[in-house]
Amino acid sequence: MKDTPLSNCERDFLLKAIEEKKRLDGRQTYDYRKMKITFGTDFGCCFVDLGKTRVMAQVSGELVTPKENRPNEGIMFFNIELSPMASPAFEAGRQSELSVKLNRQLERCLRNSKCLDTESLCVVSGEKVWQIRVDVHMLNHDGNLMDAASIAAITALCHYRRPDVGIQGDDVTVYSPEERDPIPLSIYHMPISVSFSFFQQGTYLLVDPCEREERVMDGLLMIAMNKHREICSIQSSGGIMLLKEQVMRCSKIASVKVSEITELISKALENDKKARKAGGKCGFAESMPQERITALKMDETPVEMTDVTNRANDIVQKAEAPPQTVPSPLVPVPGVGQVGQGLHNTWGLEEEDEEEEDDEEEEENDNSCEEQEETKMEEEQHEKEESGGGDVVEISDSEEEEVVILHPEKPDNAPTNTGSSSYQRGAATSKKKQKK
Amino acid sequence: MFSGLKDKVGEVLLPGDEFSLETEDTISLTERVKPEKVVCGPGLRRSGDRLLVCKSGVLRHKQPNMFWMDSQQRRYVPAKGETVIGIVTVKSGDVFKVDFGGSEQASLSYLAFEGATKRNRPNVQVGDLVFSQFVVANRDMEPELVCVDSSGRANGMGVFGAGGLLFTVSLGLARRLLSPHSEVLSDLQTLFPCELVVGMNGRLWVRSSSVQQTLVITNLLQSCDTMTAPQRQELFRRAAQGAL
Repeated sequence: MKDTPLSNCERDFLLKAIEEKKRLDGRQTYDYRKMKITFGTDFGCCFVDLGKTRVMAQVSGELVTPKENRPNEGIMFFNIELSPMASPAFEAGRQSELSVKLNRQLERCLRNSKCLDTESLCVVSGEKVWQIRVDVHMLNHDGNLMDAASIAAITALCHYRRPDVGIQGDDVTVYSPEERDPIPLSIYHMPISVSFSFFQQGTYLLVDPCEREERVMDGLLMIAMNKHREICSIQSSGGIMLLKEQVMRCSKIASVKVSEITELISKALENDKKARKAGGKCGFAESMPQERITALKMDETPVEMTDVTNRANDIVQKAEAPPQTVPSPLVPVPGVGQVGQGLHNTWGLEEEDEEEEDDEEEEENDNSCEEQEETKMEEEQHEKEESGGGDVVEISDSEEEEVVILHPEKPDNAPTNTGSSSYQRGAATSKKKQKK
Repeated sequence: MFSGLKDKVGEVLLPGDEFSLETEDTISLTERVKPEKVVCGPGLRRSGDRLLVCKSGVLRHKQPNMFWMDSQQRRYVPAKGETVIGIVTVKSGDVFKVDFGGSEQASLSYLAFEGATKRNRPNVQVGDLVFSQFVVANRDMEPELVCVDSSGRANGMGVFGAGGLLFTVSLGLARRLLSPHSEVLSDLQTLFPCELVVGMNGRLWVRSSSVQQTLVITNLLQSCDTMTAPQRQELFRRAAQGAL
């Protein structure tokens, strides 16, 4: 899919803003965006957030036969994946110009600067060496992928532990992490890339360009440096003429930025080490959600209930109505009070049951009230019929009155009353079911 | 089922959440039993006798029986009659190709501008912004835009954009800004005078008296996408005091 084109108004506005020393996200000219370094559950997995840019690096090791011209050196392999997840402009599974450029730059930054002791990766000279593979995945693209990728790669390399290897005679045994503690790689220094973008033929300079700034820039200068202020690689692209002073100034800015970032990385590594020692969840695992069920539907299991309902009906039919007692305080002995004698003991039951009982009582009370109301209403109705000649008027004061059945053709009062009241009770219980 | 849906109004739901379409256990004998009808908006999908959530977001309800998911989607799907901000990408013969943030580009005829004739062509350059309306937006068809209303008037549509800044927000925020009596907009009105164009495709264009003010408005609108009303008011108050 094509990328969103940049409109003329955005371009004009950005250039105007840069002339006024303003940036889109309110940063100053030499400011980096907010950087966050987190680690995954495994060793050698690192996430770097640079503003909205997000990059993941994963380091893995494999025993391979070395190259013939370097029989006792380990191999380093870098791979950058630009997935469509990062930006719709990236296509899956195809090497774009950008990915080749980034890959090449990362190799020059990390392999050619010899930041890793490759000879320590040798197991048996000429036969078995470790191949360290660094996979860098772009998760979101908001500019300055190179800096984020270089930080993620070197941090992941520092974080990685390779399995210990034992040699007895001709046998090579790789020990699992349970048998022997894995060994960290020996890293001499940490090269970190810092990007500078130039606008208006090099008149204006910005550190850490975001995606829209990258689109309007004229040229880009990437300086990879370590904290000892040694330049590991330097690359200029975009075809602008830079003055010697400009490059010198950029390298000075880069040295400041690199020392800041190195400190951040070592702090992050230290924190992760502490967290791992404490045995708590750390890094990516920390963000795992709590176990919570979000499904709305529950499958019902069918239960055979006919026996139980029959028995319950029997009990209900056989049981006598509870004796009507007036709850009043009784004083059997002076100093001892008792409330509601004759009712069932409810001390041992749970609160819910009590509430239910209360509800039932209330409903019964309601029912009795309603019955009275009904009779009243029916009487009224009869009066009205006598006066108004068969006009049915609905009176709706409470919600219960909607279900009252009026039988105007039957003058007999008593049977309708009982009929409607029993119906009423049924309706009330059905309501209760719904509530549950 | 209606009650099941109603219980969840205002709650966060995720794709795959399911509502059961079972009827009530007890039915009234006297009242007329009406068949329950539910109108499902975007984000809810019926398959067989199941009602599934297919977008993550908050369930919304409108009387009497409309339900939809209020999501923070960013990818725009064109719909007929909606107004969007597009960027002209290609000028070819008698149509312009316009990028509106959807899966494919829309076509815009050069005759679909106010007062445009075969002789009198509108002045549109590649990279210009156009505020326009969809007249054709079907699945598997190229969408078509026009910059006139049914009576041939521009009605605010057409080429615009000099001196302002274009940026994108989520579709939810764009809809909130366009709703009548929008709270976000009324909060924004208390800050600085500015010109704002809102496209249904989540693109916003802002112009105010200075670069600084335009940037402040841009960042405020982008950040209030995920804020609650009190948080937003607090932020806007701080911005009005000049803290940002």
